[in-house]
Amino acid sequence: MDLENQARIQALVEEHGPENVIVVLGGAEAEASGLAAETVTVGDPTFAGPLAGVELGLGVYHILELKDIVDEDVWEEQISMMEMVLEVDEIKDEVKMFRDQGSKYNK
Amino acid sequence: MDFTGKKIAILGDRDGIPGGAIEECIKTAGADVVFSTTECFV
Repeated sequence: MDLENQARIQALVEEHGPENVIVVLGGAEAEASGLAAETVTVGDPTFAGPLAGVELGLGVYHILELKDIVDEDVWEEQISMMEMVLEVDEIKDEVKMFRDQGSKYNK
Repeated sequence: MDFTGKKIAILGDRDGIPGGAIEECIKTAGADVVFSTTECFV
């Protein structure tokens, strides 16, 4: 994950508390989405950014996992087209795996 | 999972689902978007 975004998320956690912050991803691929999920739960796996070795334990979801809680019309307008072309199950499984393993809050 | 009142950080993807689209969705779930970006994941 972008180093600047890692710093931004760390600052948000300091401001609001880890129990109140949830990260929502829009990654096109399972692997990249998983890496981002890993970064905000158990720390930056590349050890390059400010979250290296920092276990934030945040709740993390891919937007494709959240269809049930989003207004149907808005979903149709904003997400449905990409939903047709992305590997939805693969992405959802990957992010859920990291959430199950590393999230301490909002899982 | 109830998102009501939670502070949401959005990491959208230029080649996937961009931050703005996620933001529109999350707002309908009663959550508070505090950060939204669209990065190139690769």
